[in-house]
Amino acid sequence: MTALLDVEHLKVSFRTEEGVVHAVDDVSFSLQAGELLGIVGESGSGKSVTAMTLLGLTRGPNASFSGRVMLGELDLVTATERQLERVRGVRVAMIFQDPMTALNPVQRVGEQIVEQIRAHERVKRHVAMDRCIDLLDRVGIPRARERAGGYPHEFSGGMRQRVMIAMALSCSPEILIADEPTTALDVTTQAQILTEIETLRKDMGVGVLLITHDLGVIAEVADRVIVMYAGRIVEQGSLSDIFYDPRHPYTWGLLGSVPRLDKARPDRLPTIPGSPPSLLHPPSGCHFAPRCAWHFEACSTVPELKNDGPENPEHLGRCWLELEVARRRRLVGGTIGLPVPSAAVAASDGADR
Amino acid sequence: MARFLARRLASSVLVLFTVSVLTFLIFEVIPNGNPALRIAGRTATAANIAAVEKAYGFNKPIYIQYLRTMEQIFTGKIVSYAQNLNVLSQLKADLPVTASLVLGAAVLWTLFGIIFGLVAGLNAGGRIDTAITVLNFVGISAPSFVIGYVLIYFLSFKFHVFPSSGYVGLSDPLGWADHLVMPWFSLAILYTGIYAQVLRSRVVDTLNEDFVRTARAKGLSRRRVLLHHVLRTSISPIVSLCGLDVAAVLGGSAIIIEVVFNLPGVGNYAAQSIGALDVPPVLVITMFGAFAVVIFSTIADVIYALLDPRIRVASSL
Repeated sequence: MTALLDVEHLKVSFRTEEGVVHAVDDVSFSLQAGELLGIVGESGSGKSVTAMTLLGLTRGPNASFSGRVMLGELDLVTATERQLERVRGVRVAMIFQDPMTALNPVQRVGEQIVEQIRAHERVKRHVAMDRCIDLLDRVGIPRARERAGGYPHEFSGGMRQRVMIAMALSCSPEILIADEPTTALDVTTQAQILTEIETLRKDMGVGVLLITHDLGVIAEVADRVIVMYAGRIVEQGSLSDIFYDPRHPYTWGLLGSVPRLDKARPDRLPTIPGSPPSLLHPPSGCHFAPRCAWHFEACSTVPELKNDGPENPEHLGRCWLELEVARRRRLVGGTIGLPVPSAAVAASDGADR
Repeated sequence: MARFLARRLASSVLVLFTVSVLTFLIFEVIPNGNPALRIAGRTATAANIAAVEKAYGFNKPIYIQYLRTMEQIFTGKIVSYAQNLNVLSQLKADLPVTASLVLGAAVLWTLFGIIFGLVAGLNAGGRIDTAITVLNFVGISAPSFVIGYVLIYFLSFKFHVFPSSGYVGLSDPLGWADHLVMPWFSLAILYTGIYAQVLRSRVVDTLNEDFVRTARAKGLSRRRVLLHHVLRTSISPIVSLCGLDVAAVLGGSAIIIEVVFNLPGVGNYAAQSIGALDVPPVLVITMFGAFAVVIFSTIADVIYALLDPRIRVASSL
């Protein structure tokens, strides 16, 4: 199966008054048709910048890019604005985090969808409007014909996100990028929106790139998962790889901070100590090292993103620890556990694994 | 909509009352304000003055004087003290001049304000932005009489492009425009600067809005994003400003431009009347100005609501 989208060694940096921010550093992944690829990471991990860069939305006088984003034969990094206009909304559509602000407040919602259809196809207004009403109906907006004449402030948050989805679908895209589509919604609505996205993928074979910081959302819908930290991919693999066999200490930390129903509730949820590094002056070497309980000498150089064995070539990690463990295993010639954490503070969430 | 207009009309009555009372009181308390002294003339005796006071009712209590004056205004019989001419017919004669000045200038300042504001906002931080901002502040801070005289000096005396002063009625459209070009520009420069600065900051804010990003992600052309999404949502303060400014200029605040270009408009009339401490014209012009503000801000609010559906709910328009 050929990939719909191939991201190769994407780097994005922005010049700011304080210096150069390396928002995305050497990110590579591919997205297949009908696949749901999740990208997780905390705020500032570069996940949104990655998503927006795929559509050329981060371009600006202070931004610089390298690497390739191949959509078929077209490299979206070097594509002209004209070429991008023909990709945006048609081949790759995007929905955003906050449906409260992502719609134009002074334009009727039907008009906003019609506008997109007519930007890409030569159809009469009423034809586009009929299609828009069908779409609204399909994403579960009751009395779609009537509601198409309403303004965004007359819709609830969940309904607005449905409008956004209808809009994204209006030109039957191959790829849907959903940047935190459920973050601003309450839990019930979240589930409905996720079901909506799920249906799309199954029924229309749309490849979905789902960006979120919510591991619960990922666990529910993703096929494959990318974990990003401070602009880099730190781990990548199938859903079960990430949830049942996580390799990177950062992923351990993330999973450890999810509340569990099957164990006694701790007084406080475990957290990862410290905060993400400034991308203005990131630590040399592994970006996670300063917060990592297991860091050791090797961490002062950047580990490669690689699999650690032929048995699962799709499961990639960016950590020296794996290699170190493997090396010691070879030395001892038997089983050996993880090295003792060099900082005992963070041990609680990772050590019991 | 009807309720909204009715409410505005009711509030305009209150505004007119307040403005007229204040204006009336100001002329009562300023020194040398007794009009009987001037009406009676330089060589008048105390008896003459008393006679005038009696004839005009200046000896009556102030609220009686006020009510009499209001009655005269609303029956159209109000007469100026200085020239003994009917104030309303004077105002009627002056109004077309001021209206011509305002309408032309308003078109210019709105048009250029939007162009400069949009271009500067889109290039925020760049050289074009800096250049436009400097120009705006020159326009805002340069006194309009300086701009007026500079234009007259170069375009009338040196190169004879436009006539330096006077007004020609609309029956001669070319002469009308010819005489008004320089006043239009002199007046418009100030407001252009203000409008451009206001719009610029709105555009800068709007460009960072999520819905603009959505519009781009939809694959709309840059032009469509700018005009339909950025400009459309940034322009509302311009509408409000425009309503108030047109009203203010109609109500006589273009005094300086009218004096510089010798245009016999409302502002000029107001200036002469104030100089002569002539209460009736000042009162009428002030009330007219206040009324214009009420009317034009109502129009501006209606347009505002058409532009922004969110306002309609709030004001039950």
